[in-house]
Amino acid sequence: MTKEERIENIVKLSGTDVKKCMKCGKCSGRCPAFAEMDIKPHQFVSLLGQGRIDVLLESDAIWNCLSCMACVERCPRGVAPAQVVEAVRDTVVRAQGMNGIKAEDIPPIVDEFIPQQLLVSAYRKYNK
Amino acid sequence: MQEVTTEKKEFTPNIVAFCCNWCSYAGADLAGSSRLNYPANVKIIRVPCSCRVNPMFVLKAFQQGADGVILCGCHPGDCHYVTGNYYTRRRMALLFSFLNYMGIEKDRTRVEWVSAAEGAKFSAVMNDFVKTVTELGENKRLTDLRVKEGK
Amino acid sequence: MQRIGVFICWCGSNIAATVDVEKVAEVMKYESGVVYSANYQYMCSENGQQLIKNAIKEHNLTGIVVGSCSPRMHEATFRKTAEAAGLNPYMVEIANIREHCSWIHKDKDEATEKAIILVRTAIAKVKLNAPLHAGESPVVKRALVIGGGIAGIQAALDIADAGFEVDIVEKNATIGGRMAQIDKTFPTLDCSACILTPKMVDCAQHEKIDILSYSEVEDVKGFVGNFNVKIRRKARFVDEKKCTGCKICMDKCPSKKGLNDFNMGLNTRPAIYIPFAQAIPNVAVIDPEQCIKMKTGKCGICQKFCGAGAIDYTQKDEFIERQYGAIVVATGFKPIGLDAFNEYGYSDNKDVITSLELERLMNAAGPTNGVLLRPSDGEHPKVITFIQCVGSRDTSGCGKPYCSKICCMYTAKHAMLVREKYPDTEVHVFYIDVRTPGKNYDEFYRRAAEQYGVDYIKGMVGKVYNENGKLMVQGSNLIDNEQITIESDLVVLATAIEPEPSVRKIATLLTASIDTNNFLTESHAKLRPVESPTAGVYLAGVCQGPKDIPETVSQASACAAKVIGLLVKDKLKTNPCVATPNEMMCNGCSQCANVCAYGAITYMDKEFRLGGGKTEVRRVASVNPAVCQGCGACTVTCPSGAMDLKGFSSKQIMSEVEAICKK
Repeated sequence: MTKEERIENIVKLSGTDVKKCMKCGKCSGRCPAFAEMDIKPHQFVSLLGQGRIDVLLESDAIWNCLSCMACVERCPRGVAPAQVVEAVRDTVVRAQGMNGIKAEDIPPIVDEFIPQQLLVSAYRKYNK
Repeated sequence: MQEVTTEKKEFTPNIVAFCCNWCSYAGADLAGSSRLNYPANVKIIRVPCSCRVNPMFVLKAFQQGADGVILCGCHPGDCHYVTGNYYTRRRMALLFSFLNYMGIEKDRTRVEWVSAAEGAKFSAVMNDFVKTVTELGENKRLTDLRVKEGK
Repeated sequence: MQRIGVFICWCGSNIAATVDVEKVAEVMKYESGVVYSANYQYMCSENGQQLIKNAIKEHNLTGIVVGSCSPRMHEATFRKTAEAAGLNPYMVEIANIREHCSWIHKDKDEATEKAIILVRTAIAKVKLNAPLHAGESPVVKRALVIGGGIAGIQAALDIADAGFEVDIVEKNATIGGRMAQIDKTFPTLDCSACILTPKMVDCAQHEKIDILSYSEVEDVKGFVGNFNVKIRRKARFVDEKKCTGCKICMDKCPSKKGLNDFNMGLNTRPAIYIPFAQAIPNVAVIDPEQCIKMKTGKCGICQKFCGAGAIDYTQKDEFIERQYGAIVVATGFKPIGLDAFNEYGYSDNKDVITSLELERLMNAAGPTNGVLLRPSDGEHPKVITFIQCVGSRDTSGCGKPYCSKICCMYTAKHAMLVREKYPDTEVHVFYIDVRTPGKNYDEFYRRAAEQYGVDYIKGMVGKVYNENGKLMVQGSNLIDNEQITIESDLVVLATAIEPEPSVRKIATLLTASIDTNNFLTESHAKLRPVESPTAGVYLAGVCQGPKDIPETVSQASACAAKVIGLLVKDKLKTNPCVATPNEMMCNGCSQCANVCAYGAITYMDKEFRLGGGKTEVRRVASVNPAVCQGCGACTVTCPSGAMDLKGFSSKQIMSEVEAICKK
């Protein structure tokens, strides 16, 4: 996959239009995990808009985001930063060959090293 | 733009353009006063609003031997009569798909929004439209045979 | 049979250089119906016009075609020429052989051929032209202003000063509107009441102005120059003519627990009240929901104490009907409701207030007599946080998608006033963008930041919550890429504004168009910004779009100029190119009325003779020529083809199409 395709794929996965962002920062103003996020929610939207996904793919923030959706709830422009975070996280997860988790597969592999939010978003994404 | 084959060069399409008085006709005037060329086979009919164009007029044009029909109106939201061009947009979408079904290719019909300040756009649109219709060649559908004989 | 004259203009060399004008004129001689054809260097010149006039008389022409420049240029000129020669001006058609021919083509043969076709097309049209006569309608020399805020007051004063009668209809008990609630105005910081109340008094004292306060527009009929308006005068239970405004009733009224709307509900008022000290008219009004006498029948204290005998508990709503030539809509705005924004905790915390509430808290005539005190405990706030764009620029559905325009400036004003009055107060402002275009506006904002030490934070607030009696404002500081929490005593929300909801009903009554945000639509965004597309209706103030006081006043004066321009005319000439239904073909389906943007089409029952002495009553469309603007939307919509447009009839356009296509 070329970088362009990757960007396009993340945009598609996120299901949100980052161009609608008016850079008010309300997402980061509400983020309860702000201190743990090396890349802040508003930066996710901005960086994806610029196509700078390398920083996003290597960030810790994708593992520290709680997927609480507060940023989505608060955004006055209908942009969903948490969905961008999730799209990036998915991209990483898929690249690692873990394409999809079935709910019944979870108990044996749950251990303290698996981030909680990954399970949450995996449920949300694949359990439909 | 002039790169058409010799065979086609002989054919010059007959184009009827309906322009609303407030935007597109003024846009065409501006194209004139800016000396922006477009082919001579485009002839303009002035209507108060693009919504005055009855589908009958378009059909009549094809019946009488026109090879392409273009409607120009104010940009959506800028209509002098508030909502006229919205009616045009809907009516013509319907009419053009019907004409397409009848064998008059979609490219022979067009709706364009040209404001009074867009002389350059008017000229560009007309050049492009004439080129498209020239490539399609003569329209044979719907033409009144009596008109053809008179040719 | 028509006798057509053709006149080809050279326009110096503008046309003649690329079009063989002599050839065109020659060819036209042999067109059917053409009895005269000529060419001349400048048709629009005195001599050229004389040539046309002479030809009309000599050859007894019934219609003329001028092959010249664009009709947008000289159609009016040649119509006047024809009229001067005794020909109906609508028997003139212009073939545009300059802008649409000679100027865009280089090849002379090609251009000449096109010119011939264009002139032929015009001939084909003019053959089907019918003489048209501009109708006339009388003008009632009286204007109605709906809304008595600063926009309505300014418009009324300007119109009345020109010598025309004006009525102001105001739904509240006093005129003054939102501006009366405001403490200081930007960018000069002068007192709002000090500049507004003299204007209110001017209105009251002006012999040409009639203030109909506590009234609402119920129904509007008619059209430009001749509106018939029904106005409901709501019962105020106090005789407006007798009340002297002494306020004894307000002191004596035992029911004092009503929320004071004028102070944004921050304090209470009695059941009988005058909204504020400088109210015009200075007449009390009773709130029947709150009045003990009205609810239980026992009390009547105000009546007992009223020296003027003005109290009348049995008063009923009255209706009056008046005629107007023009209507100005100036219905104004209100701050939006904040129920959808629980992140700011507005409903849970008394100390989270809107900007308009702050205006009242800072106002010397307000609930705290101008001392800034927290609504919860009456303490001086030490840390005040302002949040901008609350509900503005919000496309999520909770707020309004537009920028409310005034918030940046009034927030800077508030911040400045607070810092000036209470220099020990810490003031923070959360902003997304600071938008301050306007004379001395940006300088004003910068003064707040630079001289008054207001802390502007680029970022938005995500949450306001109460912790141990302190308001914690959590937001982002985007410049420093930080999330910050400010411990505040008072939080002020720069709430978005929306048009006063009653404007929807008024728009429907006036058939004035309105957009998805309930703002009234202007006729042209740039060139006709104060006119509604409905003729005779003008727009002033926030009902048309968010704006500040200076802009509102200019718009109101612009409206007044338009209204005066209309009212000085004794009669209005109407455009004769209007839609006209063929009643024999009309089947009364109403589709034309539905597409008409102007409400020009009504239906009436008409009796038709069927022959043999029989008659039939049918419902047929009828177009009001004074209201119709001649767009032609109805002509195409009509399923039976009964509707046609004069001057652009279907037959005319069809024959133009035919002439163009003919080879």
